[in-house]
Amino acid sequence: MVLSPHRVDVNIPWAPKRRTEKVMTTQSPVVPASTAVPSARRRPPSTGRRGRFAGWGFVAPFMVVFALVFITPLVYSIYLSFFRTRLVGGTSFVGIENYLRAFSDAQFWESAGRVVLVLAVQVPVMLVLALVAALAIDSARLHASGFFRIVIFLPYAVPAVVAALMWGFMYSPRLGLAGNINDFVGAQVLLPLAPEWLLLSIGNIVTWEFLGYNMLIFYAALRTVPTEIYEAAALDGAGQFRIVTGIKIPALRPAIVIATIFSIIGTFQLFNEPNILRSIAPNVISTFYTPNMYAYNLSFTGQQINYAATVAIIMGVITAVIAYVVQLRGTRSDVR
Amino acid sequence: MSATGTTTASERTATTAGRASGARPPRGRRATHGRPRRSTTLTVVMTLFLVYSLLPLAWLFINSTKTQDALLGSFGLWFSGDFALFSNIADTLAYDDGIFVRWLLNTVLYVVVGAGGATVLATAAGYGLAKFDFPGKRAVFAIVLGAVAVPGTALAVPTFLMFSELGLTNTIWAVIIPSLISPFGLYLMWVYAQDAIPTELLEAARMDGASELRTFATISVRLLVPGIVTVLLFAVVATWNNYFLPLIMLNDPALYPLTIGLNNWNLQATGVGSTPIFNLVITGSLLTIVPIVVIFLLLQRFWQSGLGAGGVKA
Repeated sequence: MVLSPHRVDVNIPWAPKRRTEKVMTTQSPVVPASTAVPSARRRPPSTGRRGRFAGWGFVAPFMVVFALVFITPLVYSIYLSFFRTRLVGGTSFVGIENYLRAFSDAQFWESAGRVVLVLAVQVPVMLVLALVAALAIDSARLHASGFFRIVIFLPYAVPAVVAALMWGFMYSPRLGLAGNINDFVGAQVLLPLAPEWLLLSIGNIVTWEFLGYNMLIFYAALRTVPTEIYEAAALDGAGQFRIVTGIKIPALRPAIVIATIFSIIGTFQLFNEPNILRSIAPNVISTFYTPNMYAYNLSFTGQQINYAATVAIIMGVITAVIAYVVQLRGTRSDVR
Repeated sequence: MSATGTTTASERTATTAGRASGARPPRGRRATHGRPRRSTTLTVVMTLFLVYSLLPLAWLFINSTKTQDALLGSFGLWFSGDFALFSNIADTLAYDDGIFVRWLLNTVLYVVVGAGGATVLATAAGYGLAKFDFPGKRAVFAIVLGAVAVPGTALAVPTFLMFSELGLTNTIWAVIIPSLISPFGLYLMWVYAQDAIPTELLEAARMDGASELRTFATISVRLLVPGIVTVLLFAVVATWNNYFLPLIMLNDPALYPLTIGLNNWNLQATGVGSTPIFNLVITGSLLTIVPIVVIFLLLQRFWQSGLGAGGVKA
């Protein structure tokens, strides 16, 4: 890439004029412009040894803290998973024994099955609702669309703790809306905290929290589709429905992939909502309701840190594999 | 580069920002040509989304105006009894020698240092990745992106053990240090910086003899402002709302952030043989979300455009 001074001038209209002129004046007296300037520009002055590593100067602070809070614990937990600590006998190397234990641990698989169920039901419902909302707001057929956008996004700013507390109160038969409705009907029709409904109730809280966030991801992607495409399609006689299925949804594909991956990661880490609801539904939510709660309770109340690390690693691997598969399938036919 | 690579970040930013501030981008004009009419049916259907989003917040506000007795004996979605909002707020702030105020200040400290630091680190690193070639760059990408897929909570137990070896658990640093890393923020800054800062501009500055740091501080940062505000906002929300990390790291109530404190009050409210303080839990929840919601509403122009840039490239 050879850049002439004029090129610089043209490409950055908002750069101070003075600066570009100065570049030329400082360069031209010293060296013959025709030969030295282009080569100097091809390799900027800082391309010496210092220059090659200049980027590290910006990246290094992040990477140092990252190594401390991400990589070290990760390596440490892999290390822990190969050991066992007993009250008598201390710590000993046990190879893959912890992993074998996990694979035959009914509690672990029960908790893993539960988050997979959430993934299969709640995530698609949430993403479809978010997609509908984004398409509606983008359609220019909605009154006050800006207001809709900000209000639907608002729950994202609410802490998970507060969201779980609010919905928990509303669910509770003592002072909640569910109790009000049951009193009104005169029968126990709405029991959000009953064992058969609880997972759905948790899914509702998560949907409420993240519907707007996903809507915004989709909406932002829709805004980048050039208007001319819609106009051309409309001229060709395409209806709104055809435009949505033929243009908008394909254009949203990368955004859908990223939203799905975020949702997979979030779902497999499910912790806050069930852990907080546990105080009002202690008999329904066990200590191993989700894999994360299981790992937490194993290490902080059960003192089984080695096995807890093993559970966490297995869930991490499963998450990474599923996210990777989604990424591959989702981007198969992309330009990228 | 995706197919949309022809529009630059600044153009996109302008579109979205203009949209948010009420200016009409070209697409809005279609409505004036009369083709897609504003649809009342669609608006009514979408109102269901509004109701769903606002219902718990309305419930929270209504019930924070009730005394504890009215709370237990009245319909949840309408006011009842004395308007007790202000006495509830006073009680919340005064309860247990004003521990709520302490939690609020702790939260502010964690947010300012944690989220502020996270933004600085992510901005510098995102800029470095976007605008420099250096040995090991690909490895940095692979490691950071790979780490995002690892459940953050999977790292909680080993992080706790490590920090306890270092004597950091039950100190403010146990909450602040892990908050300093925002892989999402790094990713967003990287994408944003690629388009927002012309490489020619940096080369011109280099010709001028400006050091890389000086160029960054005087030129690049200004061009990155919308991206920086977005990263800052998301980091603020993440830190303000953080629950799991302080839950495992802290056991001294004097160090709690609001989220942990509120849940402790809730446990007290539902525990056997304890004094229920439902009204304080509810009013405290309201006080916890008001600042963050206000920040979001005030800065919506920035985060909507910044997130736009990130979401598109993904």
